[in-house]
Amino acid sequence: MANVELTNVRKVYGNSVEAVKGVNIAIEDGALCVLVGPSGCGKSTLLRMIAGLESITDGTVKIENAVVNNLGPAERDIAMVFQNYALYPHMKVYDNMAYGLRNRGMPKDQIDKRVREAAQTLELTHLLERRPKELSGGQRQRVAMGRAIVRNPKVFLFDEPLSNLDAKLRGQMRVEIKNLQRQLGVTSVYVTHDQLEAMTLADTLVVMNSGSVEQIGAPLDIYEKPASTFVASFIGAPPMNLVHVTADNTGLILKDGTHIGAEGLTVPTTGAVIGFRPEDLEVAAGHEKHIGGLQLDLKVLGVEPVGAESYVYGVVGGERVVVRVAGRSPSQTGDHLRVIIPKEKLHLFGADGKRIPPA
Amino acid sequence: MASSTRVTFPNKLLPYLLLAPQLAITAIFFYWPASQAIYQSVLREDPFGLSTQFVGLDNFRRVISDPNYVNSLQVTVIFSVATALIAMALALLLAVMADKVIRGKGIYRTLLIWPYAVAPAIAGMLWLFLFNPSMGTLAYLVRSAGYNWDPLLNGDQAMVLVVSAAAWKQISYNFLFFVAGLQSIPKSLIEAAAIDGAGETKRFWTIIFPLLAPTTFFLLVVNTVYAFFDTFGIIHAVTGGGPGKATETLVYKVYNDGFVNLILGDSAAQSVILMIIVIGLTAIQFRYVERKVHYG
Repeated sequence: MANVELTNVRKVYGNSVEAVKGVNIAIEDGALCVLVGPSGCGKSTLLRMIAGLESITDGTVKIENAVVNNLGPAERDIAMVFQNYALYPHMKVYDNMAYGLRNRGMPKDQIDKRVREAAQTLELTHLLERRPKELSGGQRQRVAMGRAIVRNPKVFLFDEPLSNLDAKLRGQMRVEIKNLQRQLGVTSVYVTHDQLEAMTLADTLVVMNSGSVEQIGAPLDIYEKPASTFVASFIGAPPMNLVHVTADNTGLILKDGTHIGAEGLTVPTTGAVIGFRPEDLEVAAGHEKHIGGLQLDLKVLGVEPVGAESYVYGVVGGERVVVRVAGRSPSQTGDHLRVIIPKEKLHLFGADGKRIPPA
Repeated sequence: MASSTRVTFPNKLLPYLLLAPQLAITAIFFYWPASQAIYQSVLREDPFGLSTQFVGLDNFRRVISDPNYVNSLQVTVIFSVATALIAMALALLLAVMADKVIRGKGIYRTLLIWPYAVAPAIAGMLWLFLFNPSMGTLAYLVRSAGYNWDPLLNGDQAMVLVVSAAAWKQISYNFLFFVAGLQSIPKSLIEAAAIDGAGETKRFWTIIFPLLAPTTFFLLVVNTVYAFFDTFGIIHAVTGGGPGKATETLVYKVYNDGFVNLILGDSAAQSVILMIIVIGLTAIQFRYVERKVHYG
């Protein structure tokens, strides 16, 4: 078990494309760190650099306080679970799991003990004599996990391990991975583009965007205090509503020119972005005055009832917003609603997209 | 696999009509000559070709008890095994190397595939000229290095020469298939093996080579058939079966006895035996070797 430390890690490809632009992350011993971001943000490249599958252009990667930049993947004592599982198709499940141990010259009886233990943990015992193509997607996923845990490595690396599974199985495996990681206490780095997976799994969440880290923190801290409009719109489903505003001495002006009351909000002269979560809006019944809240007119474009809640899609000041309403919404397409956002639920971002802390 | 999705033609005749050209070609160029060979193999013709006589299996008996035929059988086994092994091993080596090249991948591949476009007789002439003891450039180098190179007199050297020429010609074809086979192995498997602590050599023998098995098996069948039949042109051009009968393979002997010596009955009997050998070999390959092959 070990901590992982990335210092100013950069990756530049031959054609001078900078895939990773100076990343600093410190992962504590036994923690599960999730790298999340859209496709092409450099999260997988970063993971592959930790694994040793990709050379490091600049900076250092440390595992257990030792720089591993020049070590091969085998010497770093890591195990990786690939997106396509990368099981050896010509080997039985048993041999798939034993392969890494045999390569390290472990005695046969010990290999057998380890493989059977891992199989027990993952409920694979009855599948040990099968070949990968005789297994279902979920079972293959388990074998891939098994191959990682038999080695008892310092670090687990997961490269979007659940993205080939269907939604139901994904939820199930997510819980299993989390429990297994807790149980074994092995430091892990997990790459995903699914923000739900990221939120539920992470001890430390790293949100990445075009090669840089946007924000690092505990999942709920990031949810509650996104550092930028990018993070705000990436974390949460549906994502945070973002409304561009400018200010004059009478109040705030929305994108389409609508004036609204500032309600004590200080907006920089360069303009700003107001953010609010879909669940933080209140639909006003009448025209009562809400103290300390921003009042907006919303024109309903459509309503999606999903059972326990409904999503009301609409336009505010020329920009799309979504409101989450418990149960069913009485609103219909074309309705005008008055929505109130309590002041403490407002997020304010500068014109550069960076968070402005409340005064 | 998906046998339920069988295509049904509205017209009963159409499927047969569509198959007709291929069936006609197979019938005219395989079944007809093959049946002629079988027919000829039980006949004896007088030296002037004026009368024929049914002799049953006499031709076969004579052929099999002929020491020259047994020699030819040995030559064929040595020649085929050597040609197939060398052609496949070198092609695999080249394919693995070419797979590692990053810059100019296409150029390397094109250059390595070119020899396939050379006709067998031309390839034979090429090797003959290069290694002819009296005028060959490379033969001169070999001799000046102190080695007594003389394939015109030394049977083993003649064998080396025809095997080299035949293998050289087939390497391109094998290379092409091995390159395609290598490309179909997912990169992540190699990476997983690297993380699992397998060095480059170990990765090759435990992961890459087993996964190439379908390609290797296919090439084994093709190369065996090639070595048996398609190498006639090369042998004819390079050694003509000599010196003595050191490079006279079964196919070459069929030609020699039938078209040069005009012993039609014997030649036909040899053809039939040859056909049985190839059918047997292919059956063995499919029955015993293919079992060990895993199709991805």
